[in-house]
Order: sequence, then C-alpha cells, then structure tokens
Amino acid sequence: MTTDVTAQPTVKLVGTEVRRVEDDRLVRGQGQYADDVLRGALEMAVLRSPHAHARILDIDVSGVLDVAGVHAVYTYDDLTGAMAEPLPLLIPHAALTHGRTQYALAKDEVNHVGEAIAVVVADNRYLAEDAVARISVDYEFLTPVVGIPAARAAEHQVHADVPGNVAARLEQNVGDAEAAIATAPHRLALDLDIERSASMPMEGRGVVARWDTDARRLQVWTSTQTSTGVRAAVAAKLGLDLVQVDVITPDVGGGFGVKIMHPWPEELLVPMAARALGQPVRFTEDRREHFISSAHERAQQHHVEVGFDDEGRLLGLSVEFWHDNGAYTPYGLIVPIITSTQLLGPYKPQSYKVVFESLYTNTVIVTPYRGAGRPQGVFVMERTMDAIAAYLGLDRTVVRENNFIRPDEFPYDHGLTFQDGRALVYDSGDFPESLRKLKELVDWDGFERVRAEARAEGRKVGIGIGCYVEGTGVGPYEGAHIHVETSGKVKVAVGLTSQGQGHQTAFAQIAADELGVRFEDVEVVAGDTRRMPYGVGTFASRAAVMSGSAVALTARMVRAKALRIAAEALGASADDLEIVDGVIRVVGDPAKSIALGTVAVLSNPLRYAFDEASKAATQFSVGDPGKPPVAEDDEPGLEARDFYSPMRATFANGMHAVIVETDPDTAEIKILKYALVHDCGTIINPMIVTGQIHGGVAQGVGGALYERMAYDENGQLLNASFMDFLMPYATEVPESIEMDHLETPSPLNPLGIKGVGEAGLIPTSAAVASAIEDAEGFPITAMPISPSELFALRLAHASKGTTDEDRR
Amino acid sequence: MTEVTNEQAYEVRLRVNGVAYDVTVPARRLLSDALRHDLGLTGTHVGCEHGVCGACTVLVDGRPMRSCLMLAVSAGDYEITTVEGLTNADGSLSPVQQAFKECHGLQCGFCTPGFLTTITAGIAENPDPTREEAREMVSGNLCRCTGYQNIVEAVCVAAKLARGAEVAP
Amino acid sequence: MKPSPFEFLRPATLAEALEALAGNPHAKVLAGGQSLIPLLSMRLAAPEMLVDINGLDELAYVRASTDGVRVGALARHAEVQADADAERVQPLLAQALALVAHPTIRNRGTTVGSIVHADASAEMPVVLSLLSGSLTVASAASTRTIPASELYAGPMESTLQQGEIATEAFFPALAPGAGVAFDEIARRHGDYALCGVAAVVTVDDARKVESVRCGYLSVCEVPTVLDLSEVFASGAVGDAALAAAGELALGSLEPEADIHASADYRAQLVRVLTARVVRAAYDDAVDRSDRRVR
Repeated sequence: MTTDVTAQPTVKLVGTEVRRVEDDRLVRGQGQYADDVLRGALEMAVLRSPHAHARILDIDVSGVLDVAGVHAVYTYDDLTGAMAEPLPLLIPHAALTHGRTQYALAKDEVNHVGEAIAVVVADNRYLAEDAVARISVDYEFLTPVVGIPAARAAEHQVHADVPGNVAARLEQNVGDAEAAIATAPHRLALDLDIERSASMPMEGRGVVARWDTDARRLQVWTSTQTSTGVRAAVAAKLGLDLVQVDVITPDVGGGFGVKIMHPWPEELLVPMAARALGQPVRFTEDRREHFISSAHERAQQHHVEVGFDDEGRLLGLSVEFWHDNGAYTPYGLIVPIITSTQLLGPYKPQSYKVVFESLYTNTVIVTPYRGAGRPQGVFVMERTMDAIAAYLGLDRTVVRENNFIRPDEFPYDHGLTFQDGRALVYDSGDFPESLRKLKELVDWDGFERVRAEARAEGRKVGIGIGCYVEGTGVGPYEGAHIHVETSGKVKVAVGLTSQGQGHQTAFAQIAADELGVRFEDVEVVAGDTRRMPYGVGTFASRAAVMSGSAVALTARMVRAKALRIAAEALGASADDLEIVDGVIRVVGDPAKSIALGTVAVLSNPLRYAFDEASKAATQFSVGDPGKPPVAEDDEPGLEARDFYSPMRATFANGMHAVIVETDPDTAEIKILKYALVHDCGTIINPMIVTGQIHGGVAQGVGGALYERMAYDENGQLLNASFMDFLMPYATEVPESIEMDHLETPSPLNPLGIKGVGEAGLIPTSAAVASAIEDAEGFPITAMPISPSELFALRLAHASKGTTDEDRR
Repeated sequence: MTEVTNEQAYEVRLRVNGVAYDVTVPARRLLSDALRHDLGLTGTHVGCEHGVCGACTVLVDGRPMRSCLMLAVSAGDYEITTVEGLTNADGSLSPVQQAFKECHGLQCGFCTPGFLTTITAGIAENPDPTREEAREMVSGNLCRCTGYQNIVEAVCVAAKLARGAEVAP
Repeated sequence: MKPSPFEFLRPATLAEALEALAGNPHAKVLAGGQSLIPLLSMRLAAPEMLVDINGLDELAYVRASTDGVRVGALARHAEVQADADAERVQPLLAQALALVAHPTIRNRGTTVGSIVHADASAEMPVVLSLLSGSLTVASAASTRTIPASELYAGPMESTLQQGEIATEAFFPALAPGAGVAFDEIARRHGDYALCGVAAVVTVDDARKVESVRCGYLSVCEVPTVLDLSEVFASGAVGDAALAAAGELALGSLEPEADIHASADYRAQLVRVLTARVVRAAYDDAVDRSDRRVR
C-alpha cells in the first residue's frame, strides 16, 4: 500500500510504506558515490604485500617518480608524527591483553597478504598501478599462521611478542555450569565450526580529499559507516584541529559492517597526500583489494557441553570457542563478545559458562560483518537445541519452547555483560507467540506429510528452525539537528551515515509526524560533519533506534518552541494549538493560524530585513520593549539539537524456518520454502523493513551455502574474485520469503523501535543446517556447506552405517 | 620494464545517449572508465572489473554488455546507452526506473544502473516475462542489499508499465 | 586493477591483421574480450599489442548447411545461439551456448574466441571436440585446418601458433540416427561448471544404441572426449548400462579437486551427468528418428 502523502496530510506517516525519497536520484544514475566526486582528482594505488608473513628488508622506490604522471610515492619512512605510530585500537578491553594494530604503511614486517606497504599518487589509476609495479621490496620470509588450528597449535607466532597467538581470553559465568552439567540427567558435547566470510558491499572502500590551502581546511569524502569517527581519526593523525576537518559521507554503495572499521590506512594517506600535494587525491579500492585488504569475519570454532533434564531444559551450558581475529585487532573484541552473550537467544539456561580466546592469524583483519558474531552464536545454540531434541526424541520446537524466557519475565537479566559494557537485559518480546506464528506460517506440524510425499517420489526434504535475539541500538548516543527555514522547509541532520537503509525517508517520516509538517517539506542529511559533528556510526542495527529517537526528541523540542512563539503571536495558550501541514492553528478555531515559516521568522529577532518575510522580525516591528529580544534561557532561530542516549541496548528477536531439498545423487541443496517471524518493535516503514529482511536472508543464504574465504596454508586467498567467492545471484536465493511480524515495542526509547538491519541473516545458517540435518539424518556441524561437502558427509556416514532410519 | 612515458593516445568518437563525444584515450582505457572519467557519466558503476557483478552493464546497440570488459577504443562503432540515457525524453522516469522506485527494488543503489540497463533490454525482447523469466533476466547481476525479491517484482511491473505505455497515445 | 599499456591496432582487413601479428611476437588478438580483458585488468596478461579484429565484418557470420555449421571468428555466442538454421543442423550448439556464462557475456563473447581460449571449463571447446569439428586458422603465410582432436595441448593452451588467427570453427551436422544432450552442474547459475557432460548417441533403425560418445568439461586439464559405446553393446539404455558408462568414463578421467569440489565429488558428478546426458541423448535420437519416419 502506498501512502499518498499529499492527499492525506494528517495521517501519521510512521508505520506506512512511504516510497523512498532517495530513489529518484539513484535510478537516474545521479547518485554521488566516493568515486564520483571531485572528478579529475589525482589517484592513489597501493603496493600490497604478496606474502602472508615476512620481514621487510628493503624497499626500493627509485625510478618511480621518473614515470610521467606520477606525483608522489610514500613508504613508512615518509610518515611523521602520529602518522608514524600504529593505527588506533578503537575499542580497548581489559581482556585484550595483547592487542596489536598495523601501521598506515607497513613498518619492518607484513602480517597478511594485502597489507599496505607503499602508495603512489599519479594522474590516474592506470599510471599509479604502473608505478607501483616499479617498486621492489626485499622480504625475509616468515612462516605464516593460517586457520584456527594452526593459531592454537602456536608452532609459529604471528607477532613475535604475542605468545601462543592469543590476543585475548575472556570468561563469563552465571552460576556453576560445570557442576550443573556434571549432575544433569543428560549430557551432550558438540563441536561446531563456522568459516570466514565477508561483508562484500558492491562498492568497495573509497576516499577523496581536498586540502583548501587558502582556508587551511581539509574536506574528506569517504565511503564509511562513521563520518564522525573518520573525522576524529584524520584530525588526530594529521595533527589538525577537529574544526579544520570536514568529513562528508557521499552515497555509500553498501557497508554491511566493513565500513564501520576506521581509519583505514587510505583514509589517512589520501588526506595526507592531498595536503602535501595541494591537489585533490582519490583512492578507489578495486575488488581484489577489497578481498585482501579490507576485513573479514565469522571464522570461529566452538566446543559445547550441555546438561539438561527430560524436557530438554538447559541446566548447565558451557561453551568454549576460538575466534580468528586475523593479523590485527583494531576493532577489539566486539565480535567474540557478541557471540558469547547473544548465543543465549530466547533461552534461559540455569547456569552458563562461556570462555573464548581471540587468536592471531596471518590473514586479513576481522571486524564486524552484518550479524557480527551472532550468526555463529545462534548456530551454536540452535545446533545444541536440535541435538537435545534428537537425543530425547522430542520435537525440536518443543525443546525450544521449554527453554524460552516467558513474556511475563521481561525485563530479563541474564547476569552477563554485553558488547556495550552494559548488563545483558532483554527489554521485551513474546517468544511463544513468535514460535506459534512461525509454525503456522511454515506448517511445521504438517511437514511429516510433505516428507512422506517427497519420499514417495524419491526426493529428500527437511525442515529446520533457527531462533535469535539481537541486541540493537547500542549507545553511547546519536543526535539530530533540526532547523526550520523561514520558508517552512525543515532541514534535519543526523550524525550517523546511510548505506542504503533509506534513512532519508524513514527519519523524514518521524520528523513530519512529530512536527506536523508535510513529508516533502522535510529534508534529511546524514553523515556530514558540517551539519552534525556529534555522532557514532551506523552499525549493530542502531540507526532507527538511535537516530530515529534523536530525530523524534529534537522534533519535539522544535515543536514546543514553535508553539510557544505562535501562542504569543496568536494570543492563545500553547496547549490549545496544533500543527497541521506546517500551519499552527488554534484547535477548533482554524482561522487563528500562523505558518511555521512565519514562526521561524519571529524566532530570530532581526536588525536587518532582507526580504518581505523578514520585515516582520525587525526591531521596529516586533518585541516587547520591556524584555530583551532573546530571552535569557532562549536562543534565536527555530531549531534544536538533541541527543538520545539509552541506558542499554534494546533487544529485537525473530525465528526462521526453512525447508530444503537435497539431491540424492548430486547433493545439491535447494531451498524450497523460507518463512520467518520477526519482532522489531514499532515499524517506521514496513516496505523498508521488509527490504532489509529480504537482503539479510539472501546474505544469510550466501553464508550458509555459498560464501567462504578459501585461504591456502601459505596465507594466499584462493578466491579473491567474484568468480570464486560465490555471492548469490537472483537464481540462488529463495523464490519467496514468507514473513509475519510481531510488534512488542521497546520501553527504552520514545518510539518503541528495535533495530532490524541484521535480522534477516542472523539465524539463517542455523536454520539451513537444521533443515539439511533433518533431510539427511546425520549431524551438520560446520557451515557453510557445499554440495561437495555434503557428498563427503554422506560417504562418511554411509561407511559408519548411520542412516536416516536410525535417527527416526 | 615497460616504458610508460610515451603511451600512445587514440582518438575515438563515442556516441553515448545520443550525444557524440570525441575523446583521446590510451588503448588500455576501459569503456567503463572512459564513460565515468572522460565523459563524466558516473551513473555507470564499477563493482568488480572482471565482468561478474554486472554493475557496469550498458547497452551497446541496444544489447546489454559489460563496459568493464570493453576497451573505449573498440567502442566507437556503437550507440551506447547508459543509465543516464534511460529516462524518457521529457525527463520522466522510464518504466524500469519507475518500477524500481515503486517496488523498492534498490537500497544502496550501487548495482542499480546495471540492473536498469539489463532489464530495459530484457523487456524489449520479452515484453511479458513470467516471474521465472524475470529472475533469469537479472541472473547475471549481483546485488548485495535487496535479496532480489523486489528486483524480480520490479521486472514484472516494469514490463507491465512498458506495455501500458505502448498502448497509450 | 587496470591493464598495462599496450599498442592497439584495429585492422580493416584480415590480411592487415595477420601482417600485424606476424610483425609482433608479443601481440594478441582481441575479439569479444570477455576472457582476455579480465586477464589484462588483473595484469595476468600483458601483451605488447592488441590486434582488434572487431572491425573485420567478413568474419561475423553463422552459416548452416547440410554438412554442418560454420561459425566465423566474430560471431557472438548470442548470435550463434539464436540462429535457427544452426540449431536445426546441429542442436548441440544452442543447448551448450545456453550454458555459457550469462546472456550479457554472450552478447559480446565470441564462440571461436572461447574455443581458442582453450579453457577446459568452457562449453564450446568440448562441443567442438565431441562433434569432431575443426578450426580454420590463418597466418600471413598460409591457412590451415586443425581437427579438434589436435587443438588442445594443455591447460589453457591451444596448438595455434603465434601469428595465427582462428577465422572459423566448423561444427559437423547431426548425423541421421543421432541425438545430443548437454548438462552441467555449477555452483551458481551461469558459473563455470563443476562438471559438464555433452553426449552424442546414435541409434539404428530398431532404436538400438549404435554408439555413445561423451565430452567432459571441468573434469580434466583439457576438454576430453570418450567413446562409451562398449557398455551399451546390448543396444539398450538401462540403469545398469548407464551406471557402467559413468564408471567406464572415470577409468579414463582423472577428476581434479579445487576449492569448489573434491575429486570424489567430481567423480560423482561424472557418474550422474554421464547417465543423465546419455539417456537424454538417446531419447533425443529416438525422437528424431521417429519424427524422420513420420
């Protein structure tokens, strides 16, 4: 359903499928991505390590500057001041005892294929690549550490000063899980693995910078999920005052986590070169570079021990896991902390112990990718639930139901510390109702009939389920600035950035509703530090919760001020006023009214008139001569800035079910049906929410069946291209995704919103594994899974004599 | 070592969206780069530069081709249409553009130009695709945001809009 | 990811192109470029000169006659696929071409180019080999015809000499009593196959199998054709014979492992696909024979 915003102006926009304001520009090819701004800028190319682990003995750049069109070449030796220090460790943690970060350009050693060693700036990228090819480097090879088993074995070290390759070890306990397991009526142990993958946005990283030699200001456009973060990093590293640096987020061609990492070496080197050369400089990452020099995620190996009663209730749960953090730890321990806390999902084990080690390997760094540790945690928990159900001979949904937190138990405190350093307390949800809806949607109880029919045709099918709870909208804060122009147009700025989530539309819906103005009169700008210098970033499904709430709070301030000024102008009480379509009027007496734009004029007492409207605000026209023109506690202008800073995260949740068919001959895996129920509290724009979930499910299917980073033992990434890193096309995703919603509004924010950005992919690997296991009759303990791997499992289980029939 | 100081430049007349552009480029300039950087038509996006993602797809004499897999110097023979050339003469959105907006067929918008050009040619060839044919039509283009559900829907809606437009006066 | 510099020549005649190639041992021919240009961009290939033959309109043809289909060096995959006469004379062509990458690639890529590129994962080298076709190649000095059986020397390596341009591929017509089929399994729709098999089966007037030949792609380092007739000596296409055909094929193939498939899994696909295509080609042969009789 489309809302015609012009015909029904008084209808609330929040909750309706308003079409996106972003799209007209984008479908005309008028988007402005990082590679599109400052046409003609010089271009940077990077010499990257071809080796996974080596000492750099010598770098010879002689001859590079002889190439026509080359302007500069930089190595570590050219870096000075803060630029010569290691890049920041963004999120320190007491348990991260051996945190290490790289240098903007490698100093003395390289620790993964793709690490930046030198950069060249030339007239264009072609010439810059030619020049890079002229740099020669002498290496002393060191033995690379690749994969979690090698990192744990620690026969070789990634960093000479990090014993055992262990960056961090963190343990949390609730009760005495080991004792509870030891005395439980039933016990199981499982080993569960997830492989490496990556965000892989269609647009790679990109940064362009211009140093204004006259104004002594730096302007940086970067394809980022945090413009405020990049701004602070650039200023600190280049020795500039914060007010000298503007960071502007252009259109961003997808992020999915990888662009929250900052500052990338190029985000510092491009501004550095632009200032040094006095000319605009650009770096546009190519696809191969994105594979080997941005960030990956997901690789973890887990060992689970669980004790449970006859109903499958968790009496004790103990999880130990090993997290592959790659060569450096710039983003701290966020991913494994999320796994360790969020694997609990909608369940309440009576006791819980979790311990992880974060391990160095000579591979690309690991930072959050959509889901950020949750897909692994949910996989671990849901596989455990299925194993318990199989062991007890119970329906898989019954075991889950028996472990659910009940609706009357919210807020539910797990007794753990979450990724934001705050207590892990769920705010709201109704898990039994979600499960009921899901079972109905997928016809869970009717599946044995489907299975029997398929079997009669010689086909193998299976059904699986995955449940999750996702902490969304973590702090510390987000803000909004709203300014009403004298034309009545409303200009909104938020501090975080957009990568396709439709923020310009969703936040305009909120502002229009709160202020009582027309949707088309609201314009939203995101990620421009000139307009909103305070903000954190777009990650952890937080934009709607954080900035949405900030926009609502700020709009309420603007509204209050507008009503106060209008009340005075109309000689009415503010309590009797309403704002409709940008006009403030007395309720029941619409003849007494004043336009919001006029109120904006009145809000700013003037000495000088510059147009007809502003005459009304000049000193001989308005004002009580007995009072100062601007009251002591007031300020000029119809504008406000406010911030939303919650005590803790709000927890969205959902459940997915999938039916798969596995080919008995070729082991090909096809998804026949995908159904899900999700609860993200109040929905701002159902069309956008549905789109987020569609995209998440497709990415989840990619993660379950297609995508993995294939490193060889030398640390070479064997599939660093779209030919061999198998992102799904339209032909690889489910033909339809059936969806049902549940809205349990969050009590933590003014609109009751919970985040939804990551919801679609969090339980996908768990649900698909569950379905394949159901179809095949043997445990699926590692994801992703390819037909080749499924075939190998069949052979292994056939030789062991485990068959479908044994399990039923 | 290759001498790059005297790289020869070639003159080529590119005809794009009905406009002729005379450019002087080295032989190795990819058509995608020529469109974006020499002509300033930045609506054509570069997602992989090895022909897999489809973001750079343009119409070459009406047929979709990867502009990252063509050299600018080889492109002078053809009429090229980029996303900027898809709008109707009066500046209004074409059926495919309209359908993408209506169906929420895009999120970040980076892959979108390649889908729009591909589908424009696709529905010209098959004006009434089934959902399966619609899926097949876009099966050579990668999108990381939408999960394709609404894109496939947009193909069907675009075809419908285009059929409607034909019967309109 | 940008190509190294190279010189560029866009000849107007074949003779001019051949002369340019003869004059530069490090020159390469550019036709569709759908395989070559990615190699250039990744700097895995850095020829000194590209000879762009896209201006040689005389090579842009698909000619079907009773003896077979002649495909000129500039015929795009999509044009060959859409040619109704070609499909009638040799239906395996269109069947295989439908599996070559995606339509957008087929709009630019050439069939002859794909054959010369000699990728053992590609469809058209196997089709040419299975059909015992041939390739006409020209050099400044002479013109010669290379039988498909002598065309592939190793992985990504044809027996073309420096200075030669492949001008035409010849695909023999479907013989009376013959049927064809092509099937492959890829990770994603449009990807290079993990394994692909093409089959030609001939039947006699009694619809008994006379001969069975299969071509395999993505299994070995070069396109490989095998005669599997011996397991169908009874003339029937039963499950046992089909299973035996796969095993017989595996006796001559050494499936390789890569990041997408183990050798065991490839072997399984050889079994499954051999059975599928032989049965389909047999059905096709019977169907065609029936139609001819009617």
